[in-house]
Amino acid sequence: MRELNMPSVEYTLENTDFYKKQKRIALRNCGVIDPEDITEYIGRDGYLALAKCISEMTPLKVIQEISDSMLRGRGGGGFPTGRKWKFAYDQVSDEKYVICNADEGDPGAFMDRSILEGDPHSVLEAMAIAGYAIGSNYGYIYIRAEYPLAVERLEKAIKQAKDLCLLGENILGTTFNFDIEIRLGAGAFVCGEETALIASIMGKRGTPIPRPPFPAVSGVWGRPTIVNNVETLANIPQIILKGASWFNQIGTEHSKGTKVFALGGKIHNTGLVEIPMGTSLREVIYDIGGGCPNEKKFKAVQTGGPSGGCLTEAELDTPIDFDTLVAKGSMMGSGGMIVMDEDSCMVDVARFYMEFIVGESCGKCTPCRIGTKRLLEMLEAICKGEGNMEMLEKMEELCYQIKESSLCALGQSAPNPILSTLKHFKQEYITHIQDHTCLAKVCKSLLEYRIDIEKCKKCGVCARECPTSAIQGVLGKVAYTIDQVLCIKCGTCKNVCRFQAVSRG
Amino acid sequence: MEKLNASAVTKIEEIVKKHQGKRGPLKLMLHDVQHELGYIPFQAMEIIAKGCDVPVTEVYGVVTFYTQFTTQPRGKHVINVCLGTACYVKESQPILDRITETLQCNVNETTQDGMYSIDATRCLGACGLAPVVVVDGKVYGSCSISKVDEILQKVMN
Amino acid sequence: MKSITDLKRMQESSSKHLHLQNTPYKYRILIGMATCGIAAGAKKVMDTLQEEIYAKGYKDIKVISTGCIGMCTLEPILEVLDKCGQKVTYIQVDPDKVLEILEKHILGGNVVEEYTIEKRS
Repeated sequence: MRELNMPSVEYTLENTDFYKKQKRIALRNCGVIDPEDITEYIGRDGYLALAKCISEMTPLKVIQEISDSMLRGRGGGGFPTGRKWKFAYDQVSDEKYVICNADEGDPGAFMDRSILEGDPHSVLEAMAIAGYAIGSNYGYIYIRAEYPLAVERLEKAIKQAKDLCLLGENILGTTFNFDIEIRLGAGAFVCGEETALIASIMGKRGTPIPRPPFPAVSGVWGRPTIVNNVETLANIPQIILKGASWFNQIGTEHSKGTKVFALGGKIHNTGLVEIPMGTSLREVIYDIGGGCPNEKKFKAVQTGGPSGGCLTEAELDTPIDFDTLVAKGSMMGSGGMIVMDEDSCMVDVARFYMEFIVGESCGKCTPCRIGTKRLLEMLEAICKGEGNMEMLEKMEELCYQIKESSLCALGQSAPNPILSTLKHFKQEYITHIQDHTCLAKVCKSLLEYRIDIEKCKKCGVCARECPTSAIQGVLGKVAYTIDQVLCIKCGTCKNVCRFQAVSRG
Repeated sequence: MEKLNASAVTKIEEIVKKHQGKRGPLKLMLHDVQHELGYIPFQAMEIIAKGCDVPVTEVYGVVTFYTQFTTQPRGKHVINVCLGTACYVKESQPILDRITETLQCNVNETTQDGMYSIDATRCLGACGLAPVVVVDGKVYGSCSISKVDEILQKVMN
Repeated sequence: MKSITDLKRMQESSSKHLHLQNTPYKYRILIGMATCGIAAGAKKVMDTLQEEIYAKGYKDIKVISTGCIGMCTLEPILEVLDKCGQKVTYIQVDPDKVLEILEKHILGGNVVEEYTIEKRS
């Protein structure tokens, strides 16, 4: 083998615009190490934070360090992690539990999956540190069954850590014991809510219960329990190793560190990005994401999934942190960031989220179970052109009632997608209601497919493919036309026409 | 009600035995039965209820709460269309419509001949490849109507 | 491992291995094999590369599968690291491309510029 002739330009990922503005803490090992080889993790200072905790720090000192770092929960709510740990520490109990919430149900988000697939040991190490801090010897990872690869890698990682005495009994020759078990989710969005998650781990229906008592007081099997999200945990070893003051230099006044976002939708560079808190949405969408593809116009960005809201062009210079996004009517959520362009219909987006919520509402409390259903019915009517102006007022009123009276965060935040689209895109709702028009050409009922007689080559392909025989004409003689009554607007004719004679409008 | 054959019953009993004594065993058993049989028949719920010493209504309650537990057998081929946000804004709905139309089968149902089941999932976490369709566990990214037609053609042959 | 000293010793040697020191390896090839990478075809790339390395008996190339590298649209992504710490990122790699990269870059010492990230993004 010859020595490499290195060209003058460096051909690495780190030199791209996509990477330059990022700062990787939670993702520091993703794409760098072999996740199935524990020695590679150890080579990147893995398990040294755990060693430092159990050999040099008291549990209280560990909690103090996390509190000083001002780390807030990355799962959506942004609750200070140190305070959560202190609550659990203060409880006197024969058993305590550490839960890793890997039930990443927010559609459009895959941060946690990437961390678990790319760096599972960072999560295991952090759970052991949390266990040491609060006085627990047992942890559960509650993970979606939709992530089989992440489950497989976690299982391997747990086994490897046990073989090296980094989990299990007498960790690294000390008296500290900590074991971890994986429990699978079974497809229920509400199980991301911590009390529902705990019920599910115990093998019950995943319905939330009113707090207090908080899980830190009474959680799994009625014992003090902390529930931390995957990304939150992935930050912990670095905070212990580099110190709270290193961590809290990054970010904004009340939101420290970085946040991982899953950038998706109508954007050039879809992918996983980790940015310091305080970076503006514009930097993320344009500098890192490269803007909307096909020269389409940016319309909105949705953060926070079904609990969040849409932000528009005018708000793109907002620095991203927990509090600013809430102030703008959205929320950080777990980190899904979906970009929408001029071809996205905001009424349809609101309908999409509401359909999701109606399907995922656990049914325990009335405002969420029935209220969201009524919202969906009104949205469906509007999308079909059967809405009226009175509905807009009714919807808004109902939104606030649901927010105020629902039992858990799922219901309390469920109306957000409607409220934020009503705030920023009221005109789109009005166009649907008064003009029976969907300008983005998404809402099927308001669309019409037409064949341009000039362009039609009378080949008859569309008529042959039409599932409802709605297209009439004579092969080679008479141009084809669509019977609007029979048409189900499936778009097949437009797809099969080789002469671009079919238009949608 | 259909009666399970002896080997299925033995399988279920083994699963119950395996998890008995663990904490919160009910869901662990259900996962295994779903995996082994492809669905959770009522008879399995009865055996599990006995094994956990809980009323069968409780087992039924848990089964019907979670979308991944099914009480009907699945088709030989399972087609899963992602309707997560990223896929949805990249037009996965027309793709799903195309599949239901081609196979003459509604979402979350199985064709009468037991060959195909169509599911719509909420986010498979492969948003970078949206829109995503999963056929028998294989993930197809960046789908379009014509790509789906090809995939279906392959499955149907 | 019985003690923290053992862990620190392992950390030192593993860290060196990551930088290809004290190992027989001259190159470390990483392929992004998270769910997205696999769906984009990374498994085929991995299999092709490993079969070729095995068939030709190369002993100084370490191939590993890694997690999500971040840019889903450019998957499958393959990175080559050498002993000097130089790194090259190749994108949208397929079985043909990976054989070309192996021959030209790893064996020949010339970066296959047209497949690198610089050229495409």
